[in-house]
Order: sequence, then C-alpha cells, then structure tokens
Amino acid sequence: MSVKATTGSDLLITHRSFRAFASEVFGPLLQVFVFVVGSAVVLGGIVLLLAIALRGTREDIDLVQGTIIILPQVVIDGLVRGFLYATIALGYTMVYGVLEFINFAHGEIFMVGAFVGAFFSAALASSGMLTTLSPILFVIAAVLLGMSVSGVLAMLIERVAYRPLRNAPRLVPLISAIGVSLVLQDVMRMITVNTGLGFNAQFRTPDLGQPLVLAQMPIADERTIPVSIDSRSLIFIVVAIVMLIGLNYLVNITKLGKAIRAVAQDRATASLMGIDVNRVIALTFLIGGALGGAAGILFGMRVGTINPYVGFLPGLKAFTAAVLGGIGNITGAMVGGIVLGFLEAFVASYLSLFTRGQFSGASYADIVAFSILILILIFRPSGLLGEAVTQKV
Amino acid sequence: MATRKGQVSPPVSLWAQLRTMAGRGPAPYVLIAAYAAIVSALLLSNPTTGLGTDMVVVLFLLLMFVIYRAPTMLAFKLTLGTILLAIIMPVFGVLNPFYIDVVTKAGMFAALALGLNVVVGFAGLLDLGYVAFFAVGAYLWGIFSTPQISNIVPGTEPLHGSWFWLFLAIGLAVGALFGVLLGLPVLRLRGDYLAIVTLGLGEVIRVLATNLDRPINITNGSQGIKDIGRPPLFTEPIFQSLGITISQVQEYQLYFYFLVLIVLGLTVFVVHRLNDSRIGRAWTAIREDETAAIAMGIPLVRMKLLAFAVGASFAGVMGVIFSALQTFINPPTFDLLRSIGILSMVILGGMGSIPGTMLGAVIVTLLDLQLLPRIATELAALQRRGIPIPAWFDPAQYQRLLFGLLLIIMMIFRPEGLLPEDRRRRELHYDEPEPAPETQQSASVTETAQSAEG
Repeated sequence: MSVKATTGSDLLITHRSFRAFASEVFGPLLQVFVFVVGSAVVLGGIVLLLAIALRGTREDIDLVQGTIIILPQVVIDGLVRGFLYATIALGYTMVYGVLEFINFAHGEIFMVGAFVGAFFSAALASSGMLTTLSPILFVIAAVLLGMSVSGVLAMLIERVAYRPLRNAPRLVPLISAIGVSLVLQDVMRMITVNTGLGFNAQFRTPDLGQPLVLAQMPIADERTIPVSIDSRSLIFIVVAIVMLIGLNYLVNITKLGKAIRAVAQDRATASLMGIDVNRVIALTFLIGGALGGAAGILFGMRVGTINPYVGFLPGLKAFTAAVLGGIGNITGAMVGGIVLGFLEAFVASYLSLFTRGQFSGASYADIVAFSILILILIFRPSGLLGEAVTQKV
Repeated sequence: MATRKGQVSPPVSLWAQLRTMAGRGPAPYVLIAAYAAIVSALLLSNPTTGLGTDMVVVLFLLLMFVIYRAPTMLAFKLTLGTILLAIIMPVFGVLNPFYIDVVTKAGMFAALALGLNVVVGFAGLLDLGYVAFFAVGAYLWGIFSTPQISNIVPGTEPLHGSWFWLFLAIGLAVGALFGVLLGLPVLRLRGDYLAIVTLGLGEVIRVLATNLDRPINITNGSQGIKDIGRPPLFTEPIFQSLGITISQVQEYQLYFYFLVLIVLGLTVFVVHRLNDSRIGRAWTAIREDETAAIAMGIPLVRMKLLAFAVGASFAGVMGVIFSALQTFINPPTFDLLRSIGILSMVILGGMGSIPGTMLGAVIVTLLDLQLLPRIATELAALQRRGIPIPAWFDPAQYQRLLFGLLLIIMMIFRPEGLLPEDRRRRELHYDEPEPAPETQQSASVTETAQSAEG
C-alpha cells in the first residue's frame, strides 16, 4: 500500500478540506478511468493496425470491418472483466499489504460469494418471490448478503488457518492457504450437490431488463448495428465502481483506514502506537473478503451458471492483476485489473478472428494472462504503480 | 534419558525403557524378522481384496520404514528389504493384481515426490507446477509411440516399444531442459511469487496440451492419446523355466513394478548423494538464507536452476513410465490437483527428508487409491444394512478435502513433517525456548521420544 509521509497537521482527520476529500476518494478512480480509456485506445489501435496489415488474408470477410463491428462489444467485455479482476485483486493486495502474504484462498472466497447468491436466488424462487421482487432490491440484497458471508468467512479463515502461522517462514502460511482453498472447494461441492442446487448451480435473477442501446453504429451500405450494453454487465460495472469509491473512502479517510495503512507500513510500530494489530488484520480480511464476495455475486449474476471450481482461474488472474498494478497498492490493483481485463478481452475476441479460428482465443487468453504475470515479474517486479522495494536483510 | 527415572512421568519412561530394550543386542533382529514373517504369511495366505488385506498391506509398507529406522546391521536391512520387495511383493502381486498396481503407483509417486523434494525441500523453492514436467515426459513418449507422431512429422511411423528404454534417457534430458527453460525466467523471484508463477506455468502446459490439436494435431487435445506403446516383454522364458504361467497383463504389472522399484532405488541413491554433496550444501544454504548464501559466493541462479532441472528430470522419466503404464493420457491427468497431491506428500513426510518424503508418498497414495474407496464401499455396505449414513457421504469423492486438510493441519501442528530432517526441525522451532534440563525434564523426554519415534 502506498503510504505517503505526512506532516503533523495532516494527521488531524477532522480538518480536511473538501478538495482533499475529493482527491483522496475520487483521485484513484480518476487514475482508473485514465487507464480504462488508455487501454481501450491503445489496444483498439493495435487491433485496427493488425487488421489493416492482415487485410486480404481472409477472403470470406473484410477483416477491418469485422474488427470495427465487434470493437464496442469487446471494450465492454474488457470493462466487465477488468472490474471483476479489480474487485478480487483488492482482496489480495490489501492482505499482502498488511501481512506480506498471498492469500491463496481468496479465489474460493469469491466462489463462496457466488454460491451465496445462487442459494439466495434459489430460496427466493422456491418461495415464489423471485419474479415479483424489484430487480434493484434483489441486486442490493444479494450483494450485501454475499459481502457479509464472504467477509466473515475470510475473517474466520484468517483466525483458524493463518494467525497461528504468522511468525513462521513465508512458505508455511502459503501452503496452509492452498489447503484452505482445496477444503473450501470440496466443502462447497458437498453442500451444493446435496442441497439440490447441483454441481452446476443456476444463478436465477428477476428480469433485469433489456440490453441498453447506447448508439447506432453505421456500417457499410446504410445499415447500422446497435452498440448495446447488457443490463447485467451494466450492473456489474456500476456496483463495482460504487464499491471502489467506498473502499477509497474507507482506506483514505476513516480512522480504520489509517490504522490499516499504519499496520501495512510497520506492524510493530503500529502496535506501539496503540493499534490493535490483530483486529486490524482481521478487519482487512473482512474487507477484502467482502469485496471478493460481492464480485462473486456479480459474476454469478452475469454468467448464470456457477460451479465450486469457478473461483480458481479468476483468483489466479486477479493475483496477476494485483502484481501487474504493484502488489500492496490499492489503486494499483484496480489499474492492474482493468489492464489485464482489457488485454484478455482483446485476445479472446481477436485471436480467433485473425487466425481463422485456428487458435481458440478463450483458451489462449489464459496463457496471455500468465505470460503477462511472468513478464511483469521479470522486467518490472514493482508493477505499474508500485515503488521498488529492496529486500531487507 | 531413561536413566533419570526420578523426574520422569511413568508412561514415558516405560516407553523409553521398552525402546532401549528392543534396540539392544539381538532383540531388533528377532523382532523385525518376526514382524516380516507374520506380515508376509498373512499377505500370502489370504490374498483376497478387502479391508483386512488393506491393513496388512499398510503394515507391510510400514515394515519398510521400521527396517530403515532399525538399529541393525546394514547387510541385514538390505537382505530383508530385498527379500520382501523382490520376492514376497511380486508373488503377492501375482495372487492379487489389485494391490501390486497400488504399490507400483505408490513407488512412482514416491519417485516424483523425491524429485519435488529436491526443489521444495532441499533448495526451498515452492514449485506448484511440478506436474508440468511429468506431463512433458508423458506426452513425449505418448506422441512418439503412437500415430500422433505422423501428424507432426509426416511420413514417420510410431516408434516400436523397444525404444522405451532410450526414451527413459530422453525423458530425463527433456525434463531437465524444460526445468531450465521454465526456471530461467522465474528463479530470480522471491519464494511466494515463485510459487504462483510456477502454478501459472503448470496451468499453461495443461492449457497447451488441451489446445494443441489445432492447427497441427500434436497432443490430440482434450481427447488425449490412447494406445501408447509399451516396452516388449523379455521375461517370458524366465517364467516358463520356473513352470509358472501368468497372463500378459500380470506380466506387465510385474514388469512395471520392478521398473519402478529400480528407478525409485536409483532416485533415492542420486538424491541422497546430491544432498550430501557440495551442491546439496549450497541448496541448504540458499534455503536457509539467500542473502548470506550469495555473500558466501554461491552462484544463486545456477544452483536454483540445477535444483529445478534435477527435480524436473525425475518427473520427466516418471512421465515416460507413467504413459507406458497407463497407455492413455489426457490433459486432466496433469492438473493442479496432481501437483498439490505430490506437494502434500513431501509436506506430510517432511520437506528435505528423503525417508520422510517416501513415507508421505506411500501414505497419500494409499489413502487416495486404496483406503478412501475402500471406506466408501464399507460405508455403502453399512448403509445397506440400515445404519443411517447419509448417501451423499462418499469419501472417495473428496480428494481435495483430504489434501487440503492434510496441508492445513500439517502446517499448523507439525510443519516439519512426520519424519523431519534435523536441520528443518530446528529451523521451524527456532522460537521455542530450549527446555531447561532441571525444570522441564519430562517435556524434553516427551519431545525426544516423539522425534525418535518419528
């Protein structure tokens, strides 16, 4: 977590100008916005250049036109993936910030969140309320429920499986976290298979409305195609932005946020300053877990069907995003998530187009994500926004 | 320790007395020989598949470790071990083919775990993608011994089974090569980053294996490769001269049993020698403190690469054997769970400890392949008799739960493993005060007794 050195006057929480308040809460989001636009423009430009260069290799369709037609949809897909990775990556990065520990089970916290939503919707459906409930109320209730269950679960895991190992060599808690991740997968499988939800659980929602048409894009010979955003994707983006604003407020403005930053900077000194370190760490897990749970709900709502192993890949990629942005840095996690999401969306959509379906874009997108992780770790281990950290001896 | 009886609580002292008694003079020879005779007789007299035989097989494998730990002459240990493994087990295997398969698998995983132990235990590099090298070896032989090869190089015929022996060496080399190639970019990373990156690499290999059926069909995608070649049998005349007729299937089982046994023996030898060598000491130094190791002039990256390459080469060889044993491989065989399974063997037994790793491999394989399915069938039988056991509870289905709990519990209560290496134990318990001789006598005795018991 990036913590700037402050002078004494800054420590007074009450005397804060509106300007400072706005810059601390919305500043990171502005940065995220810059990266959203930047990624979209840069990647879109690259794809267009490639399309122009490869024009003529395919006889059946005009590559440039094909590229332009799907571009808006790809950008929206990138946004959704980006916010998905960003919300999960926040959990990794906050825990890493305070404990220097990779919470490997975070992907499973996300998965549990998705299942809480599935159980919630199944319960509503069985009582016949699902169709009558207002969609907005449903989304809010499901997200809050998922956040609380996942948050509490993350806190419990910290208490049981990580706290006893806090002073052990680094690999010991990591191995324990891998164990927790496996246990959560199987316990969730046990629950979902035996409660009638099934291995592939349906996430049912009330009618969330038609896709929102943003514009009409003209293509050749006077026809236009609509540029639309799916209502579920829209919900995803809106809720994610609200949560990111909330998190920035929590970390940058509140007293708890200050305590978290203090613990991240120096645990021993923070404890000397009267901060209850254990409580702060538990709350960090609570916050990270809640964000992961909310991401799980939104993810489940968007894809419609989930299974107990659904958390593994997003978890791994979100970790990649956290490293990409500079692990330990909250804004970095958001930015890393966005950049990774855009990259993946572009690869997934355009690789098949450019290679005539010889390479399946969706599978190779995973490889791209891991290659980015490796490249980043080799060439810029501190990430996009991180500061270089020298190893203490 | 049993001499200071005054301050020692009775049960501990009794145990310690028994230990000293059993370890003195001819007693250990007699006891172990009796144990071996009883277990062998039980195995050979009742070779049916069942819970009882399971237990005897477990006792049999446990016997190996008793022999290993026993205070007897090396010649005695070697003779008894050879008799048990080279005669009793194969004969039992002919009588009951199910168990020899399990034991072969256990041996194979023991060799794999030893390879991973070089990386994780000796050099302290947590590798979560170890199965990638296993997959490379398996696909190597899988591709070259099936018509798959003619998709890559048009006009070539699949290799005959007798090339298998050469491919053991090629698998070793290719495994090592992949270890270096994958290791080179990632080995400068610190411990936990390395773990995640190797995990990612393992997934990349699996995704490639699933997707490399287009544009050129190299791996046959998610359908996997079937009818993989096996080495030709040469043991026919031996059995004929002994007057035994066994089917080809059983003959192959014995063949692979001995192959795995020999490879495992070689692996143990190499790993043991490596650990005691200058290289092994360099690995230990890197594991203990990287910065200090650099200051001492240890070539960090080269040593880490070597550890990676050694571990990977064992996995490559085992991959070749595995594909020939199974004759069928597909990408899900090489998923993350397999890597974690091998890791949990190393951790259960004790990182860095060779006997520990082998014990861990045997325990985990037996649990996974034999005991869990057996408990499941027993539970089902109980259920049919009306005992209320929920129908959904099938232990054989919950491997992840088993591995996961194993990892958590070991990390919290005994991070050094069941048969720990001395240095590792000291490292993990550095913050506990040394028990003072006067006041904490009984505690220290308990601890010593436990550690000796292992």
